[in-house]
Amino acid sequence: MNETYRALAEFAQTWGLLYFVALFACVLAYALSPRRRHEFEEAARLPLSED
Amino acid sequence: MRQSATGGAPDPVGVPRQISKSLTFGEGGLVASLVLLAFASLTVASGAETAAYAFHAWLTVLASLAAVFVIISHHVERPAALPAREVDGRPNYNFGPVKFATVAAMFWGIAGFLVGVIIAFQLAFPALNFDLPWTAFGRLRPLHTSAVIFAFGGNVLIGTSFYVVQRTCHARLAGYLAPWFVVLGYNFFILIAGTGYLLGITQGKEYAEPEWYADLWLTVVWVTYLLVFLGTIWRRREPHIYVANWFYLAFIVTIAVLHLGNNASVPVSIYSPKSYIVWSGVQDAMVQWWYGHNAVGFFLTAGFLAIMYYFIPKRAERPVYSYRLSIVHFWALIFIYIWAGPHHLHYTALPDWAQTLGMTFSIILWMPSWGGMINGLMTLSGAWDKLRTDPVLRMLVVSVAFYGMSTFEGPLMSVKAVNSLSHYTDWTIGHVHSGALGWVAYISFGAIYCLVPWLWNKRELYSLKLVNWHFWISTLGIVFYISAMWVAGILQGLMWRAYTSLGFLEYSFIETVEAMHPFYVIRAIGGVLFLIGALIMAFNLWMTVRSPSAEPAVSLARNPAFLPAE
Amino acid sequence: MATATTPAPRKSLWQKHAFFERNSIWLIIGILLVISVGGLVEIVPLFYLKSTIEKVSGVRPWTPLELAGRNIYVREGCYNCHSQMIRPLRDEVERYGHYSLAAESMYDRPFQWGSKRTGPDLARVGGKYSDEWQRQHLADPRSVVPGSIMPGYPFLAESRLEAADIGQDMKVNALYGVPYTEEMIAAAAADLRTQATTDAADAEALQQRYPGAQIRDFDGNLAFVSEADALIAYLQALGTMVDFKLYDDKANIR
Repeated sequence: MNETYRALAEFAQTWGLLYFVALFACVLAYALSPRRRHEFEEAARLPLSED
Repeated sequence: MRQSATGGAPDPVGVPRQISKSLTFGEGGLVASLVLLAFASLTVASGAETAAYAFHAWLTVLASLAAVFVIISHHVERPAALPAREVDGRPNYNFGPVKFATVAAMFWGIAGFLVGVIIAFQLAFPALNFDLPWTAFGRLRPLHTSAVIFAFGGNVLIGTSFYVVQRTCHARLAGYLAPWFVVLGYNFFILIAGTGYLLGITQGKEYAEPEWYADLWLTVVWVTYLLVFLGTIWRRREPHIYVANWFYLAFIVTIAVLHLGNNASVPVSIYSPKSYIVWSGVQDAMVQWWYGHNAVGFFLTAGFLAIMYYFIPKRAERPVYSYRLSIVHFWALIFIYIWAGPHHLHYTALPDWAQTLGMTFSIILWMPSWGGMINGLMTLSGAWDKLRTDPVLRMLVVSVAFYGMSTFEGPLMSVKAVNSLSHYTDWTIGHVHSGALGWVAYISFGAIYCLVPWLWNKRELYSLKLVNWHFWISTLGIVFYISAMWVAGILQGLMWRAYTSLGFLEYSFIETVEAMHPFYVIRAIGGVLFLIGALIMAFNLWMTVRSPSAEPAVSLARNPAFLPAE
Repeated sequence: MATATTPAPRKSLWQKHAFFERNSIWLIIGILLVISVGGLVEIVPLFYLKSTIEKVSGVRPWTPLELAGRNIYVREGCYNCHSQMIRPLRDEVERYGHYSLAAESMYDRPFQWGSKRTGPDLARVGGKYSDEWQRQHLADPRSVVPGSIMPGYPFLAESRLEAADIGQDMKVNALYGVPYTEEMIAAAAADLRTQATTDAADAEALQQRYPGAQIRDFDGNLAFVSEADALIAYLQALGTMVDFKLYDDKANIR
């Protein structure tokens, strides 16, 4: 096990993890935000709207 | 001034106040490129180092010249104006390429299942290898995997994506020749790849066997595919891009990245089919399974999830259970899947840190997978009774259930302790087939059963009863297949590690091979049942296409191309 | 939508359209960002961490004949049923020999670790059986192993090895850093014939270029160098390069 490996692993296990948790929170916020409820309900009906 | 008699050749002077027909940029460019390709292939054919490679070069010459002929004759016959994007304010859908892909999918599917049955019997009865190069298991197995994954699955994905993107964007498919180039070019790739395996042309990387020139051709086709798909999205009249298209887009983009990464190779010469991959040994192993696992994740999962998100709501006539869940599902799935590759390399010479990462993410992957499954299944809430009356919907829903089962089994097998037993055994083969037959094939069958009446303007399928037969026969086949492989795999794994009381290995390797025989026979029978199911389906679809058309529906009446000839 | 209303001014429609186009581009960028993380983290360090490939002596590039044999192994799809990767598990080490090192396949393009053992692992098959056994087994597996389900490959011994250009193959490998010298590449075609000949005159020069190479007529047919010659030469070399009596596995903990 060399130094490079240790440094990389430590970075991934701290900042990397935090970063992805934050990203996931963004996705959740986007998907669950009440502001977009209507937009998503409309989108969900797309396959059903015949033309 | 008089128009020339043929009406086809553009008048150099030009006819005032009349749309003169000229080659579009696409027509001209494609003809020029194909002529160039034909010349290049001719050069290669003249100096090819092996007969098999010369055969491929000649095939390319013929195919490109045939394509030039078709393009020009279509140009001569077509009206001056290209098909309108809209007729009477409604999209003028382009379903020709979708129809072709649907038929091709059925053809390759049956061919691929048949080769699967043959190699299954070869493992039970080795005399069936006939001691010939082109009939040996080692060459037929890649033919089977490529035929079912890339030929059958690929045509299903291209066909359905071209259908779904048009219907959910309410726009005509982008491009005039481009969609046809994608569909025909892709199937030409399949032809080159498949004949190559039989003739001994292979890269020797699982699920990425085609050699460098086939890979280059696929790259061109794939970029065109992405552009056609994107171009159609750009034309959309809806503010939102429907989630199925997200999955299709992730599938197209990621497969492009994987394809380029895993096929980075340099040919020995342009006159040789042989190339050497840039990566070697442990790095090549990692790149290969990064590719291999994500071929599962993005080709066989993301693409078919797109089918789930369109066809299940459509057939059940209700919107997807939770659109919000589908968004979380999408991002979580594509992020996590890409990490799971190293679980194919547990306990190998791949460094432990990479194995641990692969295992961790494979287990996490269980969550988005089941999120997607729940979303698909719950779409039926309040309409479960339809499962009793509609065998097509049943097929679609059972496929999602199989998806749930396989995506539970996968994380389980990625745990190192389990993997030490299951790896290298037929358990893996059973796992793959519960996903491939139960999930991928079933959702494809369901989608094709939906598509054919829609595309050929029929009220319903020729016979729902036959769909029912197909469903039950092939389900029985799947059960035979996967239970035989579970028992075989676990037995094999246990026999390999069995010790006598004196501390010696209890079984020689050949004893473990002999113990597999009954399970290999059962598996082959399962395969035969699955093939019979697909043949019933092909008959049913054929009869559907031949049945009289439904009276022109309002939605199709505006498009003369889809009216019965009068 | 918007079909019932009067057409909006051209410009605003175009703006709307452009906005949506951007949307799908953002979607693609998002997808690319999200899918590149895992691959980069798992793949890139393998090229930089020195511990990825163990320090070990004895691993040399394949001889021209072995390389040609390896290409036949790939061509016939042997990897569909045979692995070349012994895991550090008690039963595997006892059945097949020392667990495989990354260093042992560092010149392998493509790697042939395999994923399935319908037949046994071949990572250390070299020297386990005689040439005569290999020959017989390839031509008719059930004549030596009655329960075998392997296909027969009788045509290998009858086919002349087409490898006049094997030097070209080595050149491409050298491009990637495989230590094939110009001398080795120049001598490739001759070395290939030499290795398939028992008591060859220039055997010593070949030995010097490829230490430990086995030099003899592998297929028992002096008339020509066959595909069986090449394949058996490759099989007999598999797993024989590292002397595990001298290997210190404590020095290479990863």
